[in-house]
Parts: sequence; structure tokens; C-alpha cells
Amino acid sequence: MHANFFPGADDYLRFSPELILTIGGTLMMVLDPLFARKLPRMFGHLSILLLALGIIGACAAYTVPGYSFSNLLVVDGFGAFFRVMVLSIGILAVLSSYKYLDREAAETGEYHALLLFSIVGQCVMVTANDLIMIFIGLEISSIASYILTGYLRNDKRNNEAALKYFLLGSFATGFLLYGIAVIYGITATTKLDEIRAALNNPSTPLAMVGVAAALMIVGLGFKVSAAPFQMWAPDVYQGAPAPVSAFMATGPKAAAFAIFLRIFMTSFEQVAGGWEPLIWISALLSMTIGNFAAIRQDNLKRLLAYSSVAHAGYILVALASRSGDGTAAVMFYLAAYALMNIGAFAVIIHIAGKGERHLRIEDLAGLGQRQPLTAAMLTIFLLSFIGVPLTGGFFGKFYIFRAALESHLVWLTVLGLLNSAVAAYYYLKLLVVMYFDEPGEVANSLGSPGAGLQAALIIPAIGTFILGIVPGVVLNFARNSSAFGR
Amino acid sequence: MNLLDLVIALPGIGFILALIIPRAQEKAIRLLTLVFSLATFVVSLGLVAGYQFGKAGQQFVSDTVWISSPEIHWHVGIDGLSLWLIVLSAFLTPIAIGISWRYIAHRTKEFYAFLLLLECGLVGVFAAWDLFLFYVFWEIVLVPMYFLIGIWGHDRRIYAAVKFFLYTFAGSVLMLAAIIYLYTLSGTFDYAAILDQLSAGRIILSHSQETLLFLAFFIAFAIKVPLFPLHTWLPDAHVEAPSAGSVMLASVMLKMGTYGLLRFCVPMFPNAARDNAGWINILAIIGIIYGALVAMVQPNLKKLVAYSSVSHLGFVVLGIFSFTQLGLDGAVYQMLNHGISTGALFVLVGFLYERRHSLAISDFGGVATVAPWLSTVFVITTLASIGLPMLNNFVGEFLVLQGAAQANFTWSIFAAIGVILSACYMLWMVQRVFFGSTHEDVAHHMPDFNAREWACMIPLVAMMVWMGVYTQSFLPHISETNARILDQSRMNVPLRVSLPGSTISHGGIGRAR
Repeated sequence: MHANFFPGADDYLRFSPELILTIGGTLMMVLDPLFARKLPRMFGHLSILLLALGIIGACAAYTVPGYSFSNLLVVDGFGAFFRVMVLSIGILAVLSSYKYLDREAAETGEYHALLLFSIVGQCVMVTANDLIMIFIGLEISSIASYILTGYLRNDKRNNEAALKYFLLGSFATGFLLYGIAVIYGITATTKLDEIRAALNNPSTPLAMVGVAAALMIVGLGFKVSAAPFQMWAPDVYQGAPAPVSAFMATGPKAAAFAIFLRIFMTSFEQVAGGWEPLIWISALLSMTIGNFAAIRQDNLKRLLAYSSVAHAGYILVALASRSGDGTAAVMFYLAAYALMNIGAFAVIIHIAGKGERHLRIEDLAGLGQRQPLTAAMLTIFLLSFIGVPLTGGFFGKFYIFRAALESHLVWLTVLGLLNSAVAAYYYLKLLVVMYFDEPGEVANSLGSPGAGLQAALIIPAIGTFILGIVPGVVLNFARNSSAFGR
Repeated sequence: MNLLDLVIALPGIGFILALIIPRAQEKAIRLLTLVFSLATFVVSLGLVAGYQFGKAGQQFVSDTVWISSPEIHWHVGIDGLSLWLIVLSAFLTPIAIGISWRYIAHRTKEFYAFLLLLECGLVGVFAAWDLFLFYVFWEIVLVPMYFLIGIWGHDRRIYAAVKFFLYTFAGSVLMLAAIIYLYTLSGTFDYAAILDQLSAGRIILSHSQETLLFLAFFIAFAIKVPLFPLHTWLPDAHVEAPSAGSVMLASVMLKMGTYGLLRFCVPMFPNAARDNAGWINILAIIGIIYGALVAMVQPNLKKLVAYSSVSHLGFVVLGIFSFTQLGLDGAVYQMLNHGISTGALFVLVGFLYERRHSLAISDFGGVATVAPWLSTVFVITTLASIGLPMLNNFVGEFLVLQGAAQANFTWSIFAAIGVILSACYMLWMVQRVFFGSTHEDVAHHMPDFNAREWACMIPLVAMMVWMGVYTQSFLPHISETNARILDQSRMNVPLRVSLPGSTISHGGIGRAR
């Protein structure tokens, strides 16, 4: 390994999405005072443009796969997949924010700049090959998310959520950092592949490695809102502005799962016997706590928050299977989950109204009669959450549990599948209210969702069907890139 | 694309077209769905015409790769068992549309669209030869039925719809686990290939593995059948569903369960199936008698018919787990009979409800004097349901009882009690509804059949007589397939007795010995 301090053209190409978004985000900060009053929507358009350029950049970067910047960064199929995913999530989040920001009369410039920075952080995370890079990416992403959570600064719930998220989030990052420090102490490196090589050395104190892995599981478990570190999720998702909740439940979560996979499947693969039981327990706890808590929720955002805990549990099942198929299943599931979750949140944004007053389940009453198209979209997302065939969610679950069974996790599979039957109950509850109840005040007074929100509904719905009917395209890519740089 | 693909695709296309047509064009939507369902029926008759006897394996096979990895195929095909169930689904859907013609007044578009989606799913379930595809269709069926009950049902429709969905879903996730587990063992979802591997001994299941896999499939199917004590969703769903929903539910959807038992449970896990046959048959007999006794005391017409279904389906399960040719033949024939006669009962009960707006038996009385034709048809249907000779149910019940007697005489003694009880509750109900003094409300609100209602009933009555008198039109297809299933179920018994004249012969069997 030689240190190369003079990056070449390929290095910049491999780093292009981050470059585009950083420059664009900074530019937006500058433009904000000039255009914020006159053209509030321009920042949204601009971010979509930048994110689209970012996707092109991510694809271009994948044409020259390999290591960059002294092996700090690695562009492989896995990284490219997640980059495109978080960038697309960004586009959907921007689309669903137009109407919301308008309604709440919030500044648009900073909002979009922060969103872009958060995505920069996630892009760094998913392509990092070094624990320090991962940490930097995580912090960029998290700090931007903390601010976004409290973006409507006159709103009490926003502030509470931001504070809670920030305090607990920094605490969790501390655990992660501590784990990194321990690993550095043992192996004298922070590069993932070098750690792997060092752990092969029989003189490595495996007990200390176990401690480091456990510390990292705590930190990452918090970021992906897996039980028993899920306490913050319902409060934060409920308090944050709805489009931000939609974003946080998908983008940062996907990136956190990506580094979870990369660290544990690259560096800690040999010591799997030690960490697999922890993941096993966390998976079961997340599914069970998430689903049973969601049944009792009355608030739509809290319900989706608990459901996201449960879905984190399903993904951990795939992680516990520790195989290439498991990794591919995680990638597929996260893509499917991002689509259905953003779509579902878009409906919530639509019905919530100014100040997010209408967030109870009953507020969906009669949506099926008043706005059949919106209701049909939400139906698709809910069926996908349940895991009904021909939706992305079904294949996601199918791949996860197949990977688990291939790794002989029979009991986890059975418990997970039973859990998904429990989950069907609370998703059905929404369908019941939406279609079987007479229209209430909220449904009767709803206006048109507007072009942005409509796009944020229809694109995920189409995506959910594509993943549900021809999943092969995405899955094959995921399988081919599930081996990492090993 | 062969005929079978067409039978699955037509309702699917109709479903999409019905969604596209604007909501205001109610008439156009109704006509469109009727045309599509009739076309499906006509094409399904083509399957009957083209069916070749004596040909082992499936026919009308269509096999293309759907998902390349893991390899999942669009693999559909039929044999004598699925042939008639597909025809039954296609036969009943136009009737379900016909009886809803006036009754469904709001959100007509979705109603008819969902009926077609339901048909598409049902035909798919009976045609799928890929386990994964089977599961996909199995789950798709849930969605339209959930909405049919939930939107157009009676007072407690929401409770019933959710209960229906959750019961079935909970059962089927276990089946999914079993399907994936089989995949990890065999490396394929193709049913025929898995069966080959099992019978050739390339996959050897340990005793506990086989039992668990068997139970995972069995519970999913038993919930659907429904087998006592998993039947509690059924009365709720039947009573709350609109007539068309009840008809499809009773006539076809329950058969998904018994079809699954016969198609998958018995051939794939013969040892477990035989080991567990004892308690399963006891549950079936409890279901026969319990269903009949509960039906007897029901004050609600629909609930009475619903519990009678529990009783009738008990016969089917008993026939299947008797492991005799007669029992299997009777079970399958009884599936079809129950589809026709109980379907007809639900249609008629729906007609009564449209007229009287009540399902309580005590609200009727003396209907025969004001609506003689309706009453005549009802009595014919009742007699068919009871199992009067010359009508369809007699044949099925007789064969099942005979098959059960071959296996264990005690079973058939107890099961025969159910036949007697069915006469009690049905005839008593007929007496209270159609005879006696005519209530004033009944007299005023009970017109006789109109042309549309005749059009729905005549085919059903004709089928009752045809199936009761000339079983030769139907039974040979069934017997042939059942003989193969029975062979298959002997294939894996530990000693691997070689069967003279076995229709299935695999090179691998010798190796396995």
C-alpha cells in the first residue's frame, strides 16, 4: 500500500457525486439571500438537477471501479448501488417537500442545501473503505439531519425532536468511535480490508475484537433504529417535518445499513460467530417490538416509525445470514423499502395540512372515495409493506428469508414470517379506514396534491411494481456486487 | 401463449380495462366484466375439449422464465384435478356478476374489477406448477376478497374482512417458509422437479423435517378449507360478504385449501400425511358433525349455509386422507358439487335478501305461495345439498363414505351421521322459510324470478342434475389424476414397494433403494 498524495483524473471521477453536491449545496447557500423571496421553488428544481447530475456522476464513477485517495474510497458495485439509491431518495424527498415548505412558509434555500449535504455524507459513507471516512460521512449526514429535524424552529415538536435526536445521536456516534478506536488499537489500521487481513493473524486478541464489534453494533444499531436502540425513532419521526421523516427513514438508514454490511462482511467476517448472535437477537427484538408497538399507534407518523423499526428487523435477519445472498437481499429490500416508505409519507404530507394537524389514522377516513388515485397509491405501498406478491416488499421479504433459510436460520425465519403476519394487522387498519369508513372532514376538504407530491406518489408506486414484477434486474446487480472489494 | 394462459390472462386484462374506464360509465363496466368473464368461461371449455386422457403429467403447459435468479418460472399446466376447478371458477364468475347486477349500487367500478381479479387469481392458483407462482396467486386472491367483504358487505363487514385476511395470511406465511425451505433443499421451485427429486430419493427428508414441512403446508390449507377448529373466520366472512363474494368464497376459494392438500401435501410428504391421517380425519369428522349441529340452530340463513359448508368440506378432507381411490375421487367430486350446490344456495339466499332485506329465518315464512318458482328452485338446490340420489352431492358423499369405509369403517359410521343431520337442518330451514303462514311483509315484497335471475339459476340447476346423473362426463378425468397422486403417495413409504403398473416411473427410484 503506497500513499498517493496526487489524485488523478479517475480519483475525481470516482468522487464526482460528492463534488457535484458539495459545490451545488454551497452555491445554494450563497444564492439563498438573493432568490429566497422571489423564487422559492427554484431551490427545489436546482436540487433535483444536482441530484440527477449526481446520479449520472455515480454511474460514470462506476465505469472506473476501484480504489481512490490512498484507498480511503472504493467505488464498487455495492457503493454505486447505494449511491444511486440515496441520490434517488433525495430526489423523491425534494419532490415531496415542495408543497410542504410552501404550506409552512419555510425558507427553501437552506432546507435544500442541508438535504444535499446530508446526501453527500451518505454518499461518502457507502463508498468509504476506511473507518475514519465512514465516521466522517456519518457525521456529515447526521449533523445535516439534526438541523433538518428541527427545521421549523418555531414549532415546539420540531425542537424537541431535534434535541432528542442530536443528544442520542451523538451518544451513539460516540460508541461507534470508541469501537473504531479499539480496532485501531488492535490492528493499527482503520482500512477495512487491512483489518480483515490483520484479524487473520492468530495472535490477534479476539476478545477485544468482539468488544469493538459490539460497540459498533450499538452505534450502528442506533443509526438504523434497531431494537433495543430504537427508542428515539418514534419521537423523532413524529416531531420532525414530515418530508424530513420520510427522508430520514430511508436515506440515512440505507447508508447506515450499507456501512453495517461493509464493515461486518469485510472486516469482521472471520469473527462472525461472535457477532451473529447479537444481530440475531436484535433482529428478533426489532421485528417484535416494532410490530407490536405499531399496532397500538394512533398517529400515522409514529405508526410508520415503529413499522420502520420492524423493517430494520427484517433487514437484520438478512444480515444475520452472513452470505452474498443475504447482502443482496439487504440491498434489494432497502430499495423496495425506500420506495414504499417515501410514498406512504407523501400521502401523510398530503393529508396532514398546515401545521401537520391531521395525523391521526381516522383522518384517512373516506380517502378512497374522495381521492381514489391517492388512496390507490397508498394501498399499493401498504400492500408492499405487508408483503403481498407483485409488490417490491414481497420480493424483498422473500429474498431475505430465503437467505436466512440458506444459512439455516430456521427459527428466525419462522418468527420473522409470523411477525409479518402480525404487521398485516396494522397496515390493514389503514386500508379499512381509507376505504370502508365514510369520508370525514379531512378527506372532504382535501385539495389537489400538486405536481411535486403527485410525482412523489406515482414514481414510487411504479417502482414498487417494477421491483415486484421484474425484480431480476435489480437483484442481479445486487448479487453481482455483494462480494465487496474482498 | 396457449389456451390456459388465455384463461388466466383474460380476467386480468378485463380487470385492467375495468380500472381504466371512467367511473361514470357503470353500464359499460358491468357489460365489459360480463363479456370478459363469459369469454373466459368459453375458453375454459376449450381446455375440456382439448384434454387428452391417458397422458401423464400436466397438459396445456406453458413454461417461461419469469425471474432468472432464483429461477422462478411462469409454469402453468393442468391435469384432471385442476381442469374442473378452473372450469368451475370460470363458470361461477359470470353468475356472480349476474347476481350483483342490480344489488351493487355504489362503487360499481371497483366491485366488478375486483371480481375479475379474483377470478384471475383463482384460475392461477389451480394452474400454477411452480411453487412460488402458486404462492403468488394464493396471496393475490386475498386482496380482492378482502375488499369485496370490506366495502360491499353487511354490518360487521370490517371485522369479518380483517379476520379473513389475517387468518389466511398467517397460515400462508408458514407455507412460504416451507416453500423456501424446499427450495434450499432442491434448488428449484418447479413442483414437478421437486416431486421427482423427492420420489427419486435425491432429497431425503428426516422424519421431523417431513413432519414440519407437512404441517407448514397443512395449516395454510386447513385454514382455507376450513378444517375444525380453524373454521371460525368462515361464518363471519360468509355472513358479511355480499352474495357474489359469498358465492366465490364458498364455491371456489375454499377449494383452494382442499386442492392444496391433494396437490401438494399428500404427494410431497406421503409419510407425514399417512402418519397424521388419523387425527386429521378425526378433526374432519368433528367438523362434519359440529358444522351440522351448529347449522341446525342458526337463526340466520347465511350463517346456516356457512356452517353447512364446514360440514361438507369435512367430507372432502375425510376423502383425501382416506388414501383410497374412491375416497380421493369422492373428495374431488365433492369439491365440485359443493361449488355448485352451495354456490346456488348463496345465490338464492342473496335473492331472498334483496327482496326482504333480512337474513333472519324468522322474517320469512310462506314464500312458496307468493314466489313458487323461486321456492321450487330452492327446494331442488336443498335436495342436492342434502345428497338426494340423482343430484350431484349424492355421488360425492357416497364415494367419500365408501372410500372412508375401506380405510376405517368407524370413520364412515360417524361421517354418515353428518348426512342425516344435513337433511335435518336444511329441510327444517326450508319448512320455516317457504311454508307455513305467509307474513304480510313477505307477501308484498316477494316477486318471483325475473329473467336475469333465471339466467343465473338455470345453469346451476342444470349442472346439479347433470353431475348427479351422468358422472361419466367428469369423473374419468379426476380418477386418472387421483390414481397418479395415490401412486405418488405410496412412492415414498419407507420400504419403497415397487408398484406393478405404476404410471410414474423414475430412473432414480432404483438408486434410492
